[in-house]
Amino acid sequence: MTERILVAGNNAVARGAIQAGCKYFFGYPITPQSEIPEYMSKELPKIGGIYVQSESESGSIYMVYGGGLTGKRIMTSTSSPGLSLMAEGLSYLAEQEIPAVIVDVVRMGPGIGTGGQGAQTDYLQVTKGCGHGGYHAIVLAPASGQEIFDLMQLAFYLADKYRGPVMVITDFILGQTEEPIELRTLDFGPLPEKEWALTGKEKRGGKRVTHVAAFFTYQGILNYQMKLIEKYAEIKRTEVRYEKYLADDCDLLIVAYGSSARIARGAVDMGRANGLKLGLFRPITLWPFPVEAIAEGASKAGRVLVVEDSQGQLVEDVEASVKGRVPVHLLGMWGRHNVGGGGIIHPERVIEEVEKLNEG
Amino acid sequence: MPRGRIEIIEEYCKGCQLCVKFCPKDCIEISTDKINPNGYLLPIFVSEDECTGCGICGWMCPECTIDVYRYIEN
Amino acid sequence: MKDKSSDVKKVTGRPDLRLLSLGMYCPGCHYGIITRVICEVIEELGVAGKAIGLAGVGCSFGGAPMTIDIDWTSCPHGRAPAMATAIKRIYPDAMVLTVQGDGDLGAIGLGCFMNALVRGENLTTIFLNNAVYGTTGGQMAPTTLLGMKTTTTPLGRDIQTNGYPLHVPELAATMRGVAYAARCTVHTPANFQKAKKSLKTAIQKQIDGIGYGIVEFVSACPPGWGLKPLECLDYISERMLEEYPLGEFKNVDKTD
Repeated sequence: MTERILVAGNNAVARGAIQAGCKYFFGYPITPQSEIPEYMSKELPKIGGIYVQSESESGSIYMVYGGGLTGKRIMTSTSSPGLSLMAEGLSYLAEQEIPAVIVDVVRMGPGIGTGGQGAQTDYLQVTKGCGHGGYHAIVLAPASGQEIFDLMQLAFYLADKYRGPVMVITDFILGQTEEPIELRTLDFGPLPEKEWALTGKEKRGGKRVTHVAAFFTYQGILNYQMKLIEKYAEIKRTEVRYEKYLADDCDLLIVAYGSSARIARGAVDMGRANGLKLGLFRPITLWPFPVEAIAEGASKAGRVLVVEDSQGQLVEDVEASVKGRVPVHLLGMWGRHNVGGGGIIHPERVIEEVEKLNEG
Repeated sequence: MPRGRIEIIEEYCKGCQLCVKFCPKDCIEISTDKINPNGYLLPIFVSEDECTGCGICGWMCPECTIDVYRYIEN
Repeated sequence: MKDKSSDVKKVTGRPDLRLLSLGMYCPGCHYGIITRVICEVIEELGVAGKAIGLAGVGCSFGGAPMTIDIDWTSCPHGRAPAMATAIKRIYPDAMVLTVQGDGDLGAIGLGCFMNALVRGENLTTIFLNNAVYGTTGGQMAPTTLLGMKTTTTPLGRDIQTNGYPLHVPELAATMRGVAYAARCTVHTPANFQKAKKSLKTAIQKQIDGIGYGIVEFVSACPPGWGLKPLECLDYISERMLEEYPLGEFKNVDKTD
């Protein structure tokens, strides 16, 4: 029987990473994710790992870049303003194809935002590439402590498989909420050797390895770009993940991810108990976005309600997937139960929105 | 009696003339008409008799393209 | 002429680690000479197999990896010390070396560099001070001399607008995690030999696990200075070394 423990989401991030064999963490304190570096600074030395606190999130992402070049599993975690400082580094990780896991525990933005409570205002930043040049990072959006623990292990696998940055996005609510998790090890299969890793050439019989800018590659920069384009197309074909709940026979499909999906699920149950045929579509990969699955679900349901704790960001991708075939409505952060810092969109508010839509 | 000599791999020379300046015996001069494929005026090893094989021109060449030899008295 | 083969010995040539490449350096750039210093020191210390180089953005970005036969990564502007920190922590036996210019280390990367010193990382940094941003066409750098003309100080650097020239090894010497801090040049044969000694000492500090070693090379930038290679040598002697005194600012066998 694998061990079950009660821990907060941030703790699940750290435990999931260690479960995946990550022994090197480079980070910087920022609310609401500081529990992750704190845990790593205590636990990694016990297993021969290393925790380094950098001078800024910029320092962290470049330590991740350097660490990733050695071929070891490495990660960092931060929160929204810190992720902005990591934008340049993410673009380099993608260009140089260096595996790395970056966790974003979202706090409301823009600007300093509010450390003390969550939001989903980083959706566009993480899915559209917060750095320059048009790269992609796979973005995983767990909605529970267990899923955080599991997706952290998947993140390291996908980072190695596709050689690039993989992001796991949670928020204040998921990060601070304690839930039971089962400490299970997930195996996703074999991975190629990392003959590209920097180790000093003596470990390769004297043949050196260099990681220089793409424009130096002998095949020419366009061939280099085509390689990335094909990689991203492959990821879109094979790595889309989502969950459907009562979504196959409903007349209104709610689309929500992360903590908003937990709220929406409550609303679906509440609605069903009162004769409202609601269903939930929950993207787990925010990139690659489940375009076809959402389009199909929306057409079947006839109407879509996007529920997200932001100004309206996820809704853009839903509208792009649905292409106007059915109406798409948004319940954004204005659905919060109060205007203060602790405001949350309650299931009852979602039902109220549905009833407004039904009145037409 | 020359005690050394040099060979310049002309293809990599960029005509900076540091070797000309630093040769303690002024054995190297910059030519006025000899150009390498990249279009640089090449240094010429002129007074071979003076060369001591000290190696200074080799150290100071930014392209590391001067080989310096010393004759061994046996 | 003496018989060529039998009784002749090669005393100087292209170092074994020096790759045959034009290396992106302008004619008369001292980078090439510094490349020789690096190759010869690594060869003499026998650490080529363990060496991992990190090149900052600037003339070292392409030049260093193209000319020195060790493992390399190029780094985003100013970030080499952070990347090197992770590599060294993960591979403590590796010899990790950053090669950075005055813009890379002294401007955008100064915070990153200083914090590597705060942490007392066991690294070696070669700091190339040619007083301008060479790759981008000769703009002012933190080490531009007062009164020196560059493409962004057309009337010469002045204190009110552009502040004071930055002295990196002196600054580094104040940090307790630093084992060695020195400034040298390669603009004369004698200084070439002293520079080799300095870099060897700095790398030895890393090998012995004593602490951070930084060696600044005051070096020429013919196009950036608008001078011929030989004129640059005088500019170094008469102007640069007036602002940037050579020597060792810290050399300890135990940091505390």
